[in-house]
Amino acid sequence: MYVVGCMEGDCRFKTGNLRAKKRVFQAKEILEKVGIGGDRVEMFNLSSGEGPKFAEIATEMTQRIKALGPNPIKSKHVKKAA
Amino acid sequence: MIVASKKPIEEIIETVQGSKRLLIVGCNECVTVCEAGGKKEVGILASALRMYFMNQGKDMTIDEATLERQCDKEYLEEIKHMVPNYDTILSLACGVGVQFMAEMYKDKPVLPGVNTTFMGATLDRGMWGERCAGCGQCILAKTAAVCPVARCAKRLFNGPCGGSTKGKCEINPDTDCAWQLIIDRLKALGRLDDYDELMPIKDWSKDRAGGPRIVVREDIRL
Amino acid sequence: MNQNIELKTPSKLEKILKSGHMAVTSECGPPRGSDADLIKKKAEIIRDYVDAINITDNQTSVTRLCSLASCIHLKLMGIEPILQMVVRDRNRIALQSDILGAASFDIYNILCLSGDHQSFGDNPTAQNVFDIDSMQLIQTVRHMRDEGKFLGGDNIVRPPKMFVGAAENPFADPFEIRARRLAKKVRAGAEFIQTQCIYNVPKFKEWMKQVRDMGLHERVFILAGVTPLKSVGMAKYMKNKVPGMDVPDEIVKRIGGVPKEKQAEEGIKICVETIQELKEVEGVKGFHIMAIEWEEKVPEIVEMAGLYPRPKV
Repeated sequence: MYVVGCMEGDCRFKTGNLRAKKRVFQAKEILEKVGIGGDRVEMFNLSSGEGPKFAEIATEMTQRIKALGPNPIKSKHVKKAA
Repeated sequence: MIVASKKPIEEIIETVQGSKRLLIVGCNECVTVCEAGGKKEVGILASALRMYFMNQGKDMTIDEATLERQCDKEYLEEIKHMVPNYDTILSLACGVGVQFMAEMYKDKPVLPGVNTTFMGATLDRGMWGERCAGCGQCILAKTAAVCPVARCAKRLFNGPCGGSTKGKCEINPDTDCAWQLIIDRLKALGRLDDYDELMPIKDWSKDRAGGPRIVVREDIRL
Repeated sequence: MNQNIELKTPSKLEKILKSGHMAVTSECGPPRGSDADLIKKKAEIIRDYVDAINITDNQTSVTRLCSLASCIHLKLMGIEPILQMVVRDRNRIALQSDILGAASFDIYNILCLSGDHQSFGDNPTAQNVFDIDSMQLIQTVRHMRDEGKFLGGDNIVRPPKMFVGAAENPFADPFEIRARRLAKKVRAGAEFIQTQCIYNVPKFKEWMKQVRDMGLHERVFILAGVTPLKSVGMAKYMKNKVPGMDVPDEIVKRIGGVPKEKQAEEGIKICVETIQELKEVEGVKGFHIMAIEWEEKVPEIVEMAGLYPRPKV
């Protein structure tokens, strides 16, 4: 999962993107500690006009997740269901 | 209010891992204000723990509840019907709530989810500061409403000590020197002469040194 | 002997001061072990050059051989000790008890202090006590001596006879109340003061003026603290890392301006010059030379400052 916010300093809500950044980092930390991996969540900054960059980020994230493999819980959950 | 902070999740995992059916209970008052044990924190913690134990291949039920307060029996009773379904309760209330919960549900292990720290207030979003040490004999009238017991690292009654530097305490450049604050306020109130008064030796028997304390109002009791 | 002197105790320090002499005191830090020879040796080096020797009390919250035991060792050597007592580590029961312990060995001087916070020392996780503060400790010793009673009200058999001192730091903040705080200590019963070490002489003079304006210089004996600098490194450390210390840039520059091998010598020179200048300040009744771990320089400083030999009273 990734969160996209405006460039720092350009947030319409002044500090919305800064708060989001902190929360994303918190989430990363928790995910790391419970063994899921903090890399599965990320925060990116760009302005609404940067379409190509948005696509770039999407690709980067997709590739990262593919490299990390499926969420470890998924397999355990499936097992349970079976 | 009572200020607490979340226990590290590793510590919580350590204490709850023997459980198969865990109930996490939050509190809607102080720990909500200091964002340590309210409904939101209960949700996040429950989710994180579910992920962890699932990842471990452990079969564990983790449920959530948040009470108005955990320091009142009336509110604790609200989960009376739920409690028998769990083998362990993890309370995110302050130390008072955890103990009160345990006193009510005597046959259930009740574990703490936060580190209760002090009586204080919100200084800024995300920052809480200690203001009261509960010494049992308030002298704020003499110190221009700045408490030397809670806010002076040496709890001096006739401060400041020789380590006060530019209004900050010798132990930490971010900690205000309580006596600087007292002097500034006395000055602002035109009462700097109060400073000259020698404060007498404190009766600590009214503090926790005298033993666990109780307050009784005979006029209210039957 | 001057018949007009009213001595409250058998303290040699009290006698020297009340006889009108400039007093000289110094201090020794006890060892981090139980080898008393280490403190005895230090005291031996300076014994003829000072009137009394302070023994620090777990200074900087670092656990050491206690001040009381060290003072006893000195007393048994025929040296006049000053018992330093902080209120950080002992409650009023232990404080009164240790005062009696000192008095049982005829230790006649005490310096009442708050104590550095334990976070500075080797046990930052320890509880601190602060049952009473340093001001209240001054009151306590005076009460034990003059009323012959414990704080709890009972009579003391053979009350302590101690000359009571306190410390004051003219350089700590807020500067504006430092003279007022001294006034409080005098009202609490302090009879002599040792100040924090002085490098900023003009600021000290400013403080002394405030002290004189309040008439305090006639009610309490003020001993000006000095510490010789060993190197420019030490000067910078004291300037930047020690709370409540005021080391002016000129001093750092001066000692830094000489080659490394000469810096210790320059430090001693600065120290002696400071003493000479302070001798002229009205209200300064003596000097407290703090040369921790450099006690061997004290004789030289005392001599160069024209304070040797020490008067015999």
